[in-house]
Parts: sequence; C-alpha cells; structure tokens
Amino acid sequence: MAQLLKSELVWWRSFNLLLVDLTSQHVRLFTTLKVENNGTDSVSEVLLPFPDHQSKNLAFLTATTTEEKGKSKSSSQALPIKVVNPEGMPISLAWYSASLPKELGKGGQLTLEIRAVFTHALRPFPEKITQADAQLVVFQDSAYYLSPYVVKAQSFTVKLPEPRVESYTKLENAKLSGSEIKYGPYENIPPFSYTPIVVHFASNGPFAVAKDLVREIEISHWGNVQITEHYNLIHAGAESIGEFSRLDYQARPYLRGASAFRHLIAKLPPRAHSVYYRDEIGNISTSNLWGDSTKTLLEIEPRYPLFGGWKTSFTIGYGLPLHDFLFQSEGQRFLNISFGSPMNELVIDNLIVKVILPEGSKDITVSVPFPIKEWQEMKFSHLDMVGRPVVVLEKTNVVPEHNQYFQVKYRFNNLSLFREPLMLISGFFFLFVACIIYTHADFTISKSSASYVAKLQWDEVQTAIQQFQGVMSRCLAIHDKLEASLRDLSRTGDAQACKAARKAADSSLKELSKELKSLLGFLQSSPQAAQILPKVDELVVKEKELQEKLMLKHSIVVDAFEKRSGGRDTESRVASIQQKITALRLEVDDLLEVIDEI
Amino acid sequence: MAAPETSPTPSSLRNAFGHVFSFFILILIGVLAFSIRLFSVIKYESVIHEFDPYFNYRVTQFLTKNGIYDFWNWFDDRTWYPLGRVIGGTVYPGLTLTAGTLWWLLNSLNIPLSVETVCVFTAPIFSAFASWATYLLTKEVKGAGAGLTAAALLAMVPSYISRSVAGSYDNEAVAIFALIFTFYLYIKTLNTGSLFYATLNSIAYFYMVCSWGGYTFIINLIPMHVLLCIVTGRYSSRLYIAYAPLVVLGTLLAALVPVVGFNAVMTSEHFASFLVFIIIHVVALVYYIKGILSPRMFKVAVMLVLSVGLVICCTVVAVLIALVASSPTKGWSGRSLSLLDPTYASKYIPIIASVSEHQPPTWPSYFMDLNILAFLVPAGIVACFLPLSDASSFVILYIVTSVYFSGVMVRLMLVLAPAACIMSGIALSGAFDVLTRSLKFQLPGTSEIFASDAVDTGSESVILNKDGAKEDKSEDSVKERPSKKSKKKEKEKEKEKEKEKEKEKENAGTLSSRSHAGTSSRRPLVLPVEASVIAIFLLVLLVAFYVVHCVWAAAEAYSAPSIVLTSQSPDGLHVFDDFREAYAWLSHNTDVDDKVASWWDYGYQTTAMANRTVIVDNNTWNNTHIATVGTAMSSPEKAAWEIFNSLDVKYVLVVFGGLVGYPSDDINKFLWMVRIGGGVFPHIKEPDYLRDGQYRIDSQATPTMLNCLMYKLSYYRFVETDGKGFDRVRRTEIGKKYFKLTHFEEVFTTHHWMVRIYKLKSPRNRIRGKTKKSKSKSSSTISSKSSRTRKKNPWN
Repeated sequence: MAQLLKSELVWWRSFNLLLVDLTSQHVRLFTTLKVENNGTDSVSEVLLPFPDHQSKNLAFLTATTTEEKGKSKSSSQALPIKVVNPEGMPISLAWYSASLPKELGKGGQLTLEIRAVFTHALRPFPEKITQADAQLVVFQDSAYYLSPYVVKAQSFTVKLPEPRVESYTKLENAKLSGSEIKYGPYENIPPFSYTPIVVHFASNGPFAVAKDLVREIEISHWGNVQITEHYNLIHAGAESIGEFSRLDYQARPYLRGASAFRHLIAKLPPRAHSVYYRDEIGNISTSNLWGDSTKTLLEIEPRYPLFGGWKTSFTIGYGLPLHDFLFQSEGQRFLNISFGSPMNELVIDNLIVKVILPEGSKDITVSVPFPIKEWQEMKFSHLDMVGRPVVVLEKTNVVPEHNQYFQVKYRFNNLSLFREPLMLISGFFFLFVACIIYTHADFTISKSSASYVAKLQWDEVQTAIQQFQGVMSRCLAIHDKLEASLRDLSRTGDAQACKAARKAADSSLKELSKELKSLLGFLQSSPQAAQILPKVDELVVKEKELQEKLMLKHSIVVDAFEKRSGGRDTESRVASIQQKITALRLEVDDLLEVIDEI
Repeated sequence: MAAPETSPTPSSLRNAFGHVFSFFILILIGVLAFSIRLFSVIKYESVIHEFDPYFNYRVTQFLTKNGIYDFWNWFDDRTWYPLGRVIGGTVYPGLTLTAGTLWWLLNSLNIPLSVETVCVFTAPIFSAFASWATYLLTKEVKGAGAGLTAAALLAMVPSYISRSVAGSYDNEAVAIFALIFTFYLYIKTLNTGSLFYATLNSIAYFYMVCSWGGYTFIINLIPMHVLLCIVTGRYSSRLYIAYAPLVVLGTLLAALVPVVGFNAVMTSEHFASFLVFIIIHVVALVYYIKGILSPRMFKVAVMLVLSVGLVICCTVVAVLIALVASSPTKGWSGRSLSLLDPTYASKYIPIIASVSEHQPPTWPSYFMDLNILAFLVPAGIVACFLPLSDASSFVILYIVTSVYFSGVMVRLMLVLAPAACIMSGIALSGAFDVLTRSLKFQLPGTSEIFASDAVDTGSESVILNKDGAKEDKSEDSVKERPSKKSKKKEKEKEKEKEKEKEKEKENAGTLSSRSHAGTSSRRPLVLPVEASVIAIFLLVLLVAFYVVHCVWAAAEAYSAPSIVLTSQSPDGLHVFDDFREAYAWLSHNTDVDDKVASWWDYGYQTTAMANRTVIVDNNTWNNTHIATVGTAMSSPEKAAWEIFNSLDVKYVLVVFGGLVGYPSDDINKFLWMVRIGGGVFPHIKEPDYLRDGQYRIDSQATPTMLNCLMYKLSYYRFVETDGKGFDRVRRTEIGKKYFKLTHFEEVFTTHHWMVRIYKLKSPRNRIRGKTKKSKSKSSSTISSKSSRTRKKNPWN
C-alpha cells in the first residue's frame, strides 16, 4: 500500500478523453488515457477510482493498453483488474487497479483504454408519467475525470439518444451540438477534482430490465444443445400512471405510448432451430424469426406493450447443433458458449446459467472470463438413473458486454449414450418375457380339483378336434385336387395324369383315414367330447359319402374320356352325381363350421 | 392369446392369427382415438381449453404441488370472494386424481412432463381406453366382430370428440370411459355370474362416482334393467350377483366421495336402486322357497306372504313418499329435475337455463354429432332383439334412455354417443357378416366363373376382418365354457352335470344358430353374389363417409380451444389472443390480492390464468352472489361502484366483441345478467331494458340500458375507433356514443378490444370550504344519490 501511495504521487496523466454514451439504458463510459510516468520509480499498476454511487451500478470494467509500434496501432491487450482498498484515500470511493503488462519506467508512456458500463444510472424524472408523456431521464456525473493523478488535459463528451434536452449543467466550455454535449477541454486538473454535472434529456428507448433470467443449456450428445431462457421482465423507466387507452395507443403509437416498448430482438446463433416463445399460460403468437448464415434473429413481442413499471414474464427456447459448440481435446470435451442473454440492450439484474451435462459426465471444470458464483447440482430428466450434473453460474448486474464465451470442460464416455435406449429395450423385453411366462404358467391353486381336471381334458379334446379339423380340411383339399385333375383332363386330354392324380389321392386318403381313426378313438373315449361327438361322427360319414361320390364321378368321367363315348348319358349321370356332391360338400362345410364354433 | 405351439394345425394357427389380428386392430383403434383428437394441438397449441378445464387444471396443479391431504382440505379463497369455496368437498375428484397420478407416475420414472401436458393429453388417452371398453362391452353383447366395429366407431364419434379433444380437460373425458367400463363389468358379471367381476364392477362404479355427476345415470339404468329382467321372467342367480353387490359396495364406496357423501343414500336419484334392491331380494326369496316347497305348499305361502307383505309395503312406501314430498324439490337436484321435466329450469332456475349446453339440441346437431349412427341405431336395435339376451336387453334399455336424455340437454348427447356406437357396431357387423358369408359361401363352388379379382380385392379387408372376428368368437365361447362349467360342477353332482351340459349345448346351439340369424340357416338367406358385392360396396362407402365426416368434425368443428380465436383473412391466418393477453396483464401488473369482478363465465379462467381473486365463477353454487354481480352490471355507474366497492373489487373485466365481431361477448349475455339479477333483487326489472321485447343497444334502446354499467364499460370511447360506433356483432350503430366514466377508469384494453379492464376509482376526497356553492350542491346530490343507492345495494 505504501508503495502504491508513493507511486500515486509521482504519476500523472498527460491526456484524457472521455466519452459517455447514453443512447440506451446503459451508461457506457469510454475513457482513453495517455499515461506518462513523471515520477522516479517505475510502477506496475494504475488506480481507477469510482465514486460509490457509480460503483454500485458498475457492471463491467475493462482496461486495455494499446502499444504504439510505429505506425500501425496493434496488439491491444486486456489488463487484469482487481479491487483494491488503498489507505488514506478519500472515503466513498471504490478503487480498482489495473496491472500493467510491464512496468513503466520513468518517463515511459502508455495508452490505456478503459471501458465501463453502468446499469440503473439513468434516473427517470419525473418518476411517474402518463401515457401521453415522453420519458425524461437524468444523468449525473463529474465533468472532470475523477482520478488520484494530475490530469493534464481532458475533454468530456455526452452522447444522447435524441437531440431533445431539457437542461444540462452549463460549465465553461460546455457546448450542445445536436445530440451531443461537449465539456472541455480542461487542462491541469489537480487530483480528486469533482464538478458535478446533470443532464436531463428525453430517452424513449426500451428500459427493459430482466429481474431474473435463468438460462438452461442442456447438452445432448445425440447432436443438440437445447437452450431455454426464462425471463422476468420489467420496464424500468418512468412509471405509467392514469388511464391506459388502447385507442390512443393504436391511433398514435409514437405520441401516446412513446415510452412503451413493444418488441425485443434476440440475436441467436446461426442454425438455431425449434425456436419457441411462450409463457406459463401458453404460446405467444406474436413473434418473428428470420436468419442467415451468420445469425438467427428472433423478434418477440410481449403479450401487451410494456409501459413504465409494467411487468411480464416469458420463456424462449431453441436448439443448436452440437458440433458448433462442443469440441474435443485430449480426451476431454469442452463446451464453448456465450454467457449472457441474446437480447440486445437488456439489463439483467440476476442471471443464473445452468449447464446441464449428460448423465455420466465427470471431471467438470468451468472457466469464465469474469468473477461469478458457481456451484453444482443434480438434475433428473428423461429416464435418468443417477441424474445429470448441472453446473450453475450466478452473476448479478449483467450487461451485453458480458456476452462472452465461457468454457465447461468434462469427460464423457460415448457408451453412456446407449444407456437409456438399452434400458428401454431391456424393459420391454422383460415385460414381454413376463407376459409369455404368465400365459404359459399355470396358476391353479389346487391341481386335483374336478374343475382343473376337466379343464385339462377339455384342452386335450380341443387339440384333438383341431387335429380332426386339420385332417378334414386336408381331405377336402384332396377332393379339390381331384376336381382340378378332372378339369385338366377336359382341357388337356391327358388321361394318364388324371389317373396318376387319382392314385395319389387314393393313397393319401387312406393315410388320412388311418389318422382319423386314431383321433376318433380318442374322442370316443373322452367324456368331455360327448357333446361334440355326434357332429364329428356325422361329419365323418358325410365325408365318406362325399369321397365315394367323388371317386365315382372321377371314374365315370375318366372312363367316358377313355372310351371317348362322351354321350348324353354320361353327362346326365355325372350331373346327378355332381348335384349330390355339391349338396354333400355344403353339408360338410356346414358341419365344419359348426364344429369350429364349438 | 398364445397359440398352442405343439400342434400347428391350420385352424389353431388361424385362431392365433385372428387373436393377434384383432389385438392389433384394437391397438390401432386406440391410436386412432388418440390421434384424431390431436388436431387441436397441431392446429393451435398444447393448451387447456374453454372454461371448466381451467378449473380442473388449477386443482390438478394444487394437487401435484401440495399433495392429496391438502387437496381434500383445500379451502379456496381465490374465488367467490368473500365467501370462498371448499374445493376438496365440492369437486368430483376423479379426473384430478387420475391426471395427478399419471403425472406422479411419469415423474417418478423420471419423465419430466409438466402438469399442463399431462392434463392436455388425459382426454385423448382416456378416449382410447373408452374405445377399448366399448369393444369389451359389445363383445359381451354380440361377439368380437361387433365389438371391433363399435370400438372403431366410438374412437371417432364426433359427439365424444367434442368433449375429449386434447386440452379439453373436463370430467366427461374420463367419465365416459368409466361409464362404459362399468356397464361392461355389469354385463360381464351378468353373463358369468362371477363375484370377482361383481367386485370389479363396484370399483368401476366408484371411479365413475369420483369422476362425474352423471353416475346417477348408472345407478338408475342398472336397476331399471334388473327390474326389466325380473318382470320378463329372466331372474337368475347371475342377475342377483350382478346387482346386489353393486348396490351395497357401490353405495358404500360412493359415500366415501366427499361431494356425494350422504347423498348416496339421502337423495331421490338413488332411491330407485334401493327399491329394486328390495324387490330383487323378495324375488330371490320367492325363488328359493319355490325350490324347497312343493307346488301346493308354495301357493299357500304365496297367499300368506302377499297379504302380509302388501300391507307392510304400503306403509313403507307411504312413509317414503311422505319423506320425499316434505322436501321442496322432492329430493331431486335442479339439474336432475330439469332432466325429468325439461321446462323446469327455464321456469325456476335461470342460471341453469343460461348455460348453452343445457339447452335441448336441434335436429342438425344429431346429424352433426352422430352422423350415420343415427340411421344405423334402429337396425342395431332390431339386431339386438333377434336373440334377446340379458345383455342385449340392457343395451336396448341404455339406448332408449339416453336418447331421451340427449333430447333434453345437448350435453347429454355424450351419453348417447357410446350407445349409438354399440348399436351401430352391432348393426354394421351383422350386415357385413351376412354379406361376406354369402360371398364366401358361393365363391368356392363357382370359383371358375366368379373368382373375379375385383370382388376379392374389394372385400378382402372386410372378409379378413370378419374372419378374425369369427375366430375370436369361437375362441371366446370356448374359453367361457369351461369356466361356466367349472362353476356348475362345484355346485352340482357329477350326474347332473351331464344333463346340464346337454341342456346348455342345446341352448348354445339354438343361440348360435339364431345369433347368425341370416347365416346359420344359410340356404334361404344366402344373397346373390352381385347383390352382396354391391351391398358391401355401399356399406363401405357409408362407413367411409362417416370417417370423412368425423375427421372433418375433429379438425374443423371441435378443435378450437376457444381462448385463442383465429380467422382466415386474405393475407393468412389471423390470431386473436386477447383473453390471454388480458389475463397475463392482470397476473403481472396487479397486486396479488386484488379482486377482479366479471361475469361468472370468466371466473375459472381468471383464477387459473391470472391468479386473481374473483367474485363469482363457473361453479354456480351461490345464485345470490351471481345475482349481485348481475345487478351491478345492470345498474348505473354509481350504484355499481357502490356494490363493487362493498365487495372489495378493484378491477372489473368485461368482454366486448363489437370491434371484431366476436359474438359471445358480455352484451349478448347481458339478458341473463338482468334476468338473474332481477330474480334476486327486484329493483332490476327486465322490461326496463327491453324495447319491444328485445335487448337493443342502438338508438332505440331504453335509457336504463344506455346508462347501465355493462353498456358503458363495453362502449367507452368505442365511437372514436370509426367515428360512428358501429357494433359488428349487433350490426348496428350504438345508441349513446359520447360519454365519460366517473367512477371507473380504463386501465387495460386488449389488442382487439375483446377484453377491457377497468379500475374502480378511489372515492374522491370530500371538499370543504372553497367554492362552496357549486361543490356543496354537487356533493349533496352525490350523497343523496348514494343514500338512495345504498338501499339498493345488497351488501349494506
């Protein structure tokens, strides 16, 4: 600390350019410092103080040096910044110190660019306005750069969104031109000079503040990064009082409701897909999406225009291709994705980013370019057994400048991908196996009970009848074959083939009748088959008859063919037999069906 | 289900094939029933529909968040302010518990679906269940073929779709399944005489009681059927087993549901079941005594019992009638009474009459909701009579009663739909049976000539279907038989068994021969091939027409969620999302404890979507409270302010369709506000609002009308939109164009002006001194007015 103090005495600034950008709700302060070491010792740090009322709104602070090497300005380098607390300094100042890349010797020169972003630094005044009023805000700062060093020369520019300025502090060398107010140049300002200035101007830009934003980034190694963002939005400008008239708003939207904002634009990464926009009561249909190869633009309109003090909440979600954001190195995978919200010009009071890694990830490390709160959770999602590790990052006061890439590194075995499909497959497999076992198992309690025995017998009878039916149908098939052979005969005149068919049919019919006998024997012996037996017997008889008639017809036709008689008498004989055959066939079919129904 | 693997004979394979085939047909029917109801999700979004479903959704949310015990004890202070409502004791919990259980199950399997998603898809899932239940029921009545046809018809009947599209999260969605399933189990018990099914039946009945007030239909229909069976001499022990446990167990279980409670024994709706319960016991006793006494002794006993029993019966009946008559509504609830006497509601309870779904339906709505079923039902009834069994007589009774009820209330069309599907399924499958059999029968004999490909391909599916069905039937009867027999065997001796079997066989034979009326006695009833081909073709055409109509109805007519409206304009689809815009505004930009007054239609939505306390909602349990709001809406501004202020109301919400032509807005509902308000507070007189017997808002309107709050809130600054104040719903220019509001201020109006929200201005400070004359005059008029209105205000 002593050294710091000492060094502070011997340093001073050669030139100082300030630009404050007030065109949005953020206050962006760009400072270009040309620093010269006028002291004796070489020093490695530059102190940057901010008054307390500013520092509590300070969201973002960077310092870069631009070393001038010849003509080409290049190699700008970000400096590490830390909070310090030097002793003996005026109170109500917050101190930051930027460490220089290399020590600055006596007489050394350096250009520093400092970029600071403040949120909630514009105060609406008046605090409550009606629908018809424009929104006026007040900005307060010092015309002189607050510094522990001597400032040789400085100028200060305030950039406003509109040329409409209610009032501003008129110092010497203050000039308003268009939408810019210039203070300075001032020269040789002693350390800790402070001259308050107040600018009161109209600003109708969206004062959208997300009270809470939860971003969930879920990685699926099947090829998708799903991002879900839950917004809790408020219009933080001047509060709206009095009537809200839709009529006025619709008729003259830029006069009656100038301070309201109706849409927000989210700039999503390219190839974003499956975009949705909804809130807790359903889809919100007022949105627009268009994109090219470098970005996807999503224009969303809240359900109602947001006037000052009005709140809303909604969720947007989109999927991104995995290979754009997930990379592999040394057996590790790392996710490289932006931190903040894709919405432009949004202040986020409290941002929580949850990175949900796939089930089975290990060795998780996170690297974020700015300080944040970080912890880990578990989340159970689709059919998880052990849960997915979730990295939670929390940061307050986030501005678009925080939209930087951060990395999450982890190890993940590709085989874990197949855990859930395999689980499903085995689940269904065991279900079916259980079904099969259930249908085949016998859950009868008493194996000797009369009903159980009867059931067993009945089953046997059933199989016997089924076999019987099979035999019958085969018989009928042979009959059909015989008929077919007769038709062939009339077509081709090949009597030999016909005879052969007849022979084959005879032999197979004989075999079938043997089978039939054994079956009938069984059926007759079984008491359970008593009720069905008459039908079966009848069927057998009929079938026999049918068979005989068919054979008769066959031999008649073949004979007639061989003798080439072909006379009327054979035809009439055949016809009479044919009638009987069809009648018998019908009966047999009927009987088969009756048996079938039993 | 499993085919015997040892003997792969053709017929067993065919059986197995038929089984698997009908199993897959059933699965497909389930998929059809589910997916035809997804039009609303595809065309709109996955969102809860209409009014009542929002309440159910809110209750489900509460249940999933706070658990079952808090749910039973839930006193809801967000509604009926300042009275509140005991939700746990006044809601049918079946639907909520079902969806809650479903959600819990999915989440315990780590499938993270939101409550909303589960609620949205509950109805389609249960309609798949309902079609399966229809299959089971019809199978019990007429075999599997009819079952499959009926299930397919039910899967897409428009009447049922209208109440069970995805998002229509209402009691009916679950209750229709419960209804059909209860009927199935009753028939199953009746057919098998199994006590197991009887127990299941009472559990199914319990589920039905949990889900819907329509359970009274079951508890009246089943006793009617039992009575019918007894009267027609069909009493059997199976009937006793089907009925007695249902009454005892069912009533005990029903009394467990808080919303029913002692109503299960106290109200007249349940009276019939107890009466029939007594009768069936008497009949059972008579049959028993008849069995043990000789015929002569029996006659003596009958004489004795009749003389004594009649006296007792008379006294009991007299006491009961006296009890019932002593209550003003004769022990019937309003809705039931309006069922029995269709003119009752419009005479006495305007609040029931004001609901459009309680109106009688028009003829076109029968065609719209049932389509060809309306014409097939008579054929089905005839088919049911051909062999009149216990089961088919039940179905006939079901259709007759439900036709009557649907004629009284359009919403009960929903009860008619399953009956119509069953009947049409029976008719269609019977017709296909006859036609395809006559085809099949004639084809092999004349195959050379008639085996035309056209016939084959044309009717292939039909034949296949029928085959499968037939297989099922045979398999089924085979399955049933041993169980029946085993029962009997347990009861009786071996010798008797033989006789029994023979008898039964005869029965079965006659039954089966009759059941295939056209087909079993084939020869005379075989239709010519040409005729049957043409008939099949026409039938398929008819069914195709039905399918087209159902898909159209599902896609166009019944899928709108009614909170999002769309209109087709030349430059694409235009979405009117005003309701949710207003509710979202309320929920984000008003204080959590603010009270919002609106007509009762919007109560459920306001509590569910905006999470704000409402004065009245769609559970219209307190007529006086609704009348208060109606009175306020039909009073002049000052009086209305007094009423609303006394109710702590901060915001008033009105729905106004005049700008975009949305017809069901508050001005069109205004007549009910006046009528209901006037029914309780006589200073609201309907004639004051009428000109020539009509509600008018144009220049002919009465001054009372033009000064009432509803008119003012609806048309405030409306004239400035087009300079004339042309109302597109009423197709007229409004009567009073320029006026200012003194006690209300506009705080929000949605994009299409469909919802307008006003805030009650806080009372102006009393002004003393300064400019005495004018101010004192005005203040005195105000005070005198207020004193006058104070008398009118029911809350002081």
